[in-house]
Amino acid sequence: MDSTILTAVIMLGVLAVVLAAVLYIVAQKFKVVEDERIDGTESILPGANCGGCGYTGCRAFAETLVKTDDISGMFCPVGGNAIMTKIAEYLNKTIESKDSETAVVRCAGSCENRQRINEFDGATSCAVMAATYSGDTDCPYGCLGKGDCVSVCNFGAIYINSTTMLPEVDEDKCTACGSCVKACPKLIIELRKKGPKSRRIYVSCINKDKGAVARKACKVACIGCAACRKACTFESIIIENFLAYIDPNKCRLCRKCVEVCPTGSITELNFPPRKPKIEVQEQKQDNVNSETITN
Amino acid sequence: MIKTFKKGGVHPHENKISRNAALEQLIPEGIIRIFLSQHIGAPAECIVAKGDKIKTGQLIAKANGFVSANVHSSVSGTVLGIENIADYQGIKKPAICIQVEGDEWEESIDRSDEINRDLSKTSEDILAKITEAGLVGLGGATFPTHVKLTVPKGKTAKAIIINGAECEPYLTSDHRVMLEHGEELLIGVQLLKKAVNVDKAYIGIETNKQDAIDNLKKIAEKYSGIEIVSLKPKYPQGGEKQLIKSITGLEVPDRALPIETGCIVSNICTTFAVYEAVQKNKPLFENSVTITGKNLKAQKNFIVRVGTPLSQLINATGGMPENTGKIISGGPMMGRAISNLEAPTLKGSGAVLFIASDEARRGTKSNCIRCSKCVSACPMGLQPFLLYKLAELNMLEELKDNSVHACIECGCCLYTCPANLPLVDYIRLGKTRAMKHIVKPK
Amino acid sequence: MNKLIISPSPHVHGEFSTKRLMRDVIIALLPALLVSFYFFGLEAVKVVCVSVSSCVVFEYLIQRFLLETTPAIHDLSAIVTGLLLAFNLPSNLPCWIIVAGSLVAIGVGKMVFGGLGNNPFNPALVGRVFLLIARPVEMTTWPLPLTLVTPDATTGATPLAIIKEGLKNGLTIDEIKASSDYTFSYFETLYGQIGGSLGEISAIALLLGFGYLLVRKVITWHIPITIFLSVVIFSGTLHLINPDRFIDPVFHLLTGGMILGAVYMATDYVTSPMTHKGMIVFAAGIGIITILIRTFGSYPEGMSFAILFMNALVPLINKYMKPKLFGEIK
Repeated sequence: MDSTILTAVIMLGVLAVVLAAVLYIVAQKFKVVEDERIDGTESILPGANCGGCGYTGCRAFAETLVKTDDISGMFCPVGGNAIMTKIAEYLNKTIESKDSETAVVRCAGSCENRQRINEFDGATSCAVMAATYSGDTDCPYGCLGKGDCVSVCNFGAIYINSTTMLPEVDEDKCTACGSCVKACPKLIIELRKKGPKSRRIYVSCINKDKGAVARKACKVACIGCAACRKACTFESIIIENFLAYIDPNKCRLCRKCVEVCPTGSITELNFPPRKPKIEVQEQKQDNVNSETITN
Repeated sequence: MIKTFKKGGVHPHENKISRNAALEQLIPEGIIRIFLSQHIGAPAECIVAKGDKIKTGQLIAKANGFVSANVHSSVSGTVLGIENIADYQGIKKPAICIQVEGDEWEESIDRSDEINRDLSKTSEDILAKITEAGLVGLGGATFPTHVKLTVPKGKTAKAIIINGAECEPYLTSDHRVMLEHGEELLIGVQLLKKAVNVDKAYIGIETNKQDAIDNLKKIAEKYSGIEIVSLKPKYPQGGEKQLIKSITGLEVPDRALPIETGCIVSNICTTFAVYEAVQKNKPLFENSVTITGKNLKAQKNFIVRVGTPLSQLINATGGMPENTGKIISGGPMMGRAISNLEAPTLKGSGAVLFIASDEARRGTKSNCIRCSKCVSACPMGLQPFLLYKLAELNMLEELKDNSVHACIECGCCLYTCPANLPLVDYIRLGKTRAMKHIVKPK
Repeated sequence: MNKLIISPSPHVHGEFSTKRLMRDVIIALLPALLVSFYFFGLEAVKVVCVSVSSCVVFEYLIQRFLLETTPAIHDLSAIVTGLLLAFNLPSNLPCWIIVAGSLVAIGVGKMVFGGLGNNPFNPALVGRVFLLIARPVEMTTWPLPLTLVTPDATTGATPLAIIKEGLKNGLTIDEIKASSDYTFSYFETLYGQIGGSLGEISAIALLLGFGYLLVRKVITWHIPITIFLSVVIFSGTLHLINPDRFIDPVFHLLTGGMILGAVYMATDYVTSPMTHKGMIVFAAGIGIITILIRTFGSYPEGMSFAILFMNALVPLINKYMKPKLFGEIK
């Protein structure tokens, strides 16, 4: 009996030693030498793996950050300036600080503003819908509302408003990773500067048709009338193909353009309420504004 | 012997309810719009200006490069200019607008009913005529015919195959052409044979058009080297690769062109257009269009001028039925739904199909039960259930590994799916994305 | 005018729907169901009712309250599972055991994986095997068909179990057959005059259903026929080597739920391979493993285990048995 136990103990003991030796040798032989700063950098990064930096994930970005000498052009939109400064300190490299950005939806064609003229019955996907035809309204540029932007967002920062059927961005959650910008087949979503106190003004329309055509398709379409350009004192508005675009770098947030827009296609966000006189005009705007203004 | 292809395929209800309606001319009124791009390849270049008076059959836009096609006016009248016009799907493209004034044809076009049996033209002459007439494949893909007939260096053509399968349900325009213009069609086949220097031609016709088979067989006795092949009705027999497989038993290798098997495939209407272009000097500005639908007052097979507004076609059949749910350009399996009723017809518009609202909607989507019916139905030997999932998740590398490029978008998978999954919707999307996707070097 | 509907092609749909496929399976099971009612009487009706209703109820409850999805019991798949489970049970099983089996079949066999279409194992078989392991005595006490019941014998073993027992005692097959109550004639096994679970007894009724499924294109021939062939070839070889020790292939085919398993359980869409090639490999595996268990294992019947085992290999089969691409270059 004793010898049985003894044999077992010896056998297992020898086996343990032999296997441990094999493991040790293999581990030594195939050891991968890696810059430990990669691990360090990765631990600073937010770990969202969203691809917003242009690399396949935080690990890949960390490797690139360590290996490249000049990292000034690289940016982690999720971590923002704070994280990038930390990384720069950690790696002893210099970075450029960037204005923090957020996604804006440049379409205000809600069910009320834009008549649905047909019904889509294919797969619930904007990409499939866009490949099939111009869309379920007269505006071939507008939002299709099937939520491709929602399904790609890793942060739950964009959702479809069930009354307007348009996507809305939750600015606090949005990290400006750009996934939704890439996912939108109509190129409606744009990353814009967050602005001071999150105040922003942008044209919420990308319809490039002539004014009459655009207006017929959607009540809040930009008709390219150039009233905003005339009103702007900072030359920040460009009109091309019957469509106005506000350059965020030049805009001083004076709100004059918003007042003069005849169709109400310029959206202002997070501004304090105006004096009563002007509020009458404001009601024309879609409810995105009225909601956020009261915040 | 009745032939068919082996792998996959489905057989939807044929519904060829317009088969007995003889071809009728439809002359457009008012303003017609002719797109500059009615073919695969570069859009044609406009050569007329606002205010120009033009005749029917006059060249109005010139081919821009080799893979492109001439565009001719389908009416006589005054040019109103070039505008961006929404097509069937509401997508805007440049088109020449013409105010119709009478119907005065170019003098060079032979308008007599007499059949021109003269086959003395040389290969170069025939090709030149085809190029000049702006011929494109009328089976749906609208690939310029002269490009197709130009055999690439190092390859040899052995046979011409004419696609008379018309495997899509409802469609009957090819059928009518085979019945009413049998002899012209066979002369067209002889011309095609001569153009590519082969002495064998097959015309594959599904047995649901037995009258067309009998008619052509009778006429073919007069012409050498044309064989009429009876095919068992099965969709997608009219697919180029499937048709070659059915008739010759040869498989077009993966990623290769049909010429690899020595076959050049042409459509019935295209072949008839070849006859008209070469023998009658008539460019391609009209084509046969089936207007059909179970609720339509009259089933019609029209000869329609290119650029005729869709609404005129609908009016000519007695107006749109009350309960129309969906209008399709082409057949129900591969045709595209129409959202814009004012859009003009194109060279390649072969049919307009009205589907009643109770049949227009897809069934409710449910879980995939892995029944493998899509795998059995796929004529290309793919795994649609897998490609669907991969495309939905945007996994482009895996899509490529599973040969998404081979998908011919025939829709057999969705047709057969008991769970009504939008298989081909996503596969089509995944295919487009995977083709564009280039692997980033590390 | 109403709004036009726009969708990508195709714009027509074939005749198949999940519901129709499931309904056809139920119809195909009807002959065997009636035979079981005939041979086992009201007891059988009770088992079927309890099994089907508890499967449907569990499916509804789990979908409604645990998964919080819209219950999809109208696709009839729970009824199929319930019927198949009942077919695998002896008719004298107490109700609570049936309910427990249904809960395992639907809950563990199907819903934990995400419901219809996602389960790797056949739910009915998961339920059956669970009961076989948990309550082996109840699960292997087979009531005799009403036509065979005598005042002193209401239950008996299945033919395969009798032979297994006899072989263990060193008898040859002919001796076992001679000493048993059964006549062991093929004819009786064909129409169902043998002991066994509800659905396995009548080969004719099951084959009738098989014909129906083939005509309605619900299943293809690949899985059932390959199973039959591999069973015949493998057990036939063994039988030729030693007829005293190994049962003849026809007997194998007609007993122990072979037809029920091959036609209705192995062909379950969700748990069988996607390609015909794969199906043949899968089915051959089932046939061989069944005979291995029956002749060399300790269980007299091996169909359930063989199917479950091959179910586990299906993902692997799917990975390697891809359909041949049109025009594939070797």
